[in-house]
Amino acid sequence: MTGDGPHHDGPGARPVTAGREQRGRGWQENLRGYALEVRGSVREGERGPVLVIAGLIVIWCVFQALDDKFLSPRNLSNIGVDIVGTGLVAVGIVFVLLIREIDLSVGSVSGLAGAAFAVLNVNQGVPEWLAVIVAVAVGTAVGAFHGAFHAWLGVPAFVVTLAGLLIWNGLTLYLLGASGTINIDEEGLVASLTSRHFGADAVAYAVAALGTAGYLLAARRRRGRHRAAGMPYRPQGEIWLRTALLAVAAFAAAYTLNRFQGLPLALLIFLVVLVVSDYVLRRTRYGRRVYALGGGVEAARRAGIGVERVRVAMFMVSGTLAAVGGLFVASGLTSASPTTARAAGSGMLLINAIAAAVIGGTSLFGGRGSPWSVLLGVLVIQSIASGMALLGVQDAVQFMITGGVLLAAVAADALSRRAAARSGRSRATPT
Amino acid sequence: MIHPPVLALRGISKRFGGVQALVDVDLKLRAGEVVALAGDNGAGKSTLVKVVSGVSPADRGVIEWEGRPVQIKRPHDAHSLGIATVYQDLAMCDNLDVVGNLFLGREIDRVGILDEVEMERRARDLMRTLSIRIPDVRVPVAALSAGQRQAVAISRSLMAAPKVLLLDEPTAALGVEQTSHLFDLIEEVRDRGMAIILISHNMGDIKAVADRVAVLRLGRNNGLFDVSTVTQEQIISAVTGAADNAVAHRARPDEEAWP
Ligand SMILES: Nc1ncnc2c1ncn2[C@@H]1O[C@H](COP(=O)(O)OP(=O)(O)OP(=O)(O)O)[C@@H](O)[C@H]1O
Ligand SMILES: [Mg+2]
Repeated sequence: MTGDGPHHDGPGARPVTAGREQRGRGWQENLRGYALEVRGSVREGERGPVLVIAGLIVIWCVFQALDDKFLSPRNLSNIGVDIVGTGLVAVGIVFVLLIREIDLSVGSVSGLAGAAFAVLNVNQGVPEWLAVIVAVAVGTAVGAFHGAFHAWLGVPAFVVTLAGLLIWNGLTLYLLGASGTINIDEEGLVASLTSRHFGADAVAYAVAALGTAGYLLAARRRRGRHRAAGMPYRPQGEIWLRTALLAVAAFAAAYTLNRFQGLPLALLIFLVVLVVSDYVLRRTRYGRRVYALGGGVEAARRAGIGVERVRVAMFMVSGTLAAVGGLFVASGLTSASPTTARAAGSGMLLINAIAAAVIGGTSLFGGRGSPWSVLLGVLVIQSIASGMALLGVQDAVQFMITGGVLLAAVAADALSRRAAARSGRSRATPT
Repeated sequence: MIHPPVLALRGISKRFGGVQALVDVDLKLRAGEVVALAGDNGAGKSTLVKVVSGVSPADRGVIEWEGRPVQIKRPHDAHSLGIATVYQDLAMCDNLDVVGNLFLGREIDRVGILDEVEMERRARDLMRTLSIRIPDVRVPVAALSAGQRQAVAISRSLMAAPKVLLLDEPTAALGVEQTSHLFDLIEEVRDRGMAIILISHNMGDIKAVADRVAVLRLGRNNGLFDVSTVTQEQIISAVTGAADNAVAHRARPDEEAWP
């Protein structure tokens, strides 16, 4: 596994002296380069997962000690479904946070989508698939509206979306005003989003196996390409270690889910959204522009990036995912009602979504984070909510705790940013 | 060796609110020459650079590229003509690594998917050929020193193999060795036919690499000199306004009369 051999002799203007020494020095250099790479990503605040996983384990242990139903397959499976609505909204928030903006309207938009779907499908008799498409399109359009105000009129995003929070919540209440609570078809498409489980054990295991194998293959392929080009690459051992950890987590989850009703459809959709959005953001040219905007708008503009268009697109993504998340919320409740609409307007979903993104390691200061951060963050948030619900903690206390968690996450983000800036500057002496 | 003018600015004016940053500025740049742009703080040097690079277009005036008038309204227009710029404030994305910044806006991709390996390979090659010392091409630029950032910004501008290179105080953060290295580089690319505008406050630097020196004062042309014949004192008096060359300049609008 040592990176020796002739692969270092790449084309180009490499100094002649390198040739002879390279052979013996290859793997050391590789290790050094790799260590620098790791240091770089740590400084970038991507050390996240370990701390958050530790926090999650603590939370689980505490609630399990207080109520032994907490870690039952049933409750864990329910958490697995309940994270999806908030999680999808939070993924949308990640896109906006990456360009260093914020979307405060997502809670209202998700409520609006749920109401629009219910009114169209139940009251107006529009076919369910069409009502779903319209509801999601409403989210996209609302996002485009916010984005246009922000990008082209230069109104700060938090003001535009704060106004949106009220406007779309008002519209939701107006839509539902005539009919009050609307119950959606319990056998229908939207209801099945959260009620459907893949009963056969094989499905959950197959997904776990596929995810693990996919990760392993992608990591090995990257390693192979870097090695062939004579560049630093991950040691073989680390790839296997990461794969093993992933496999343990994936198969444990599959086993637990199979002890209840099997893999929930909602969770599968959520995982697909995470994989796709992560790929787009980290591996495509478009995703690079998104990160660039978060790291320096002026630099991005001077590099010829259409800053305004990227901004509008990000708000469209966030509106769309808020609407999709809203359909999952409506699905879970099998209804859309003025009460839930008021709750959506109260900002609980918004706060949970922001907290989920930030706890997982996406920065409020732009340019740092990834959709995967949402998975851990929303697990933390939903575990706390579920535990408190099991214990019968009253709303008032839940509010305070959720707000406190958000504050703690944001404080940690600000501190890690300061630490990153310090370490960045302290290294900023000529080498 | 006489080269045709690659870039000509005529009557460029630009104002920011109450500040008239540029007034009727003329400048001509031939392929294979280095024109230094001198002037006091706030004279309008950076503003002129941003006009040419499309970051903040002029209010009035004509830009001619290889003899025909062109519109430079966005950075993209300047890039596609073959104009590359190192800005005074560098303008880099702190969260991206050196590779990401070098290729920002012109990533190597296959159907939209980034080819990180190829970009990293080229970045390493480039850092090596330009003898730029940075810890690694994968560290975020936030972790680089000011001089290292400047070196990265300069490499980025050279990577596009431009016809015109605009350098806004490129040596401000560079050490002695890196500065002389940059000057060698400037001479090398000039001899290959690149045209360069070099902004500097350092008379020694100007004398060392420039062929001509254009002076801006309070947003106006205030003299154009041949470096081989002008004295440092003459440049300084044009910069400070001790010598008012604006009138002299306007009396000779025909630029062929310029040195
Ligand atoms: N974006 C802006 N908005 C308002 N005024 C500006 C802006 N950019 C430049 N100016 C003004 O234009 C004038 C010229 O500024 P410019 O940055 O071009 O000077 P400079 O010659 O580059 O100076 P320095 O040597 O300090 O870099 C200054 O008076 C400045 O205040
Ligand atoms: Mg300047």
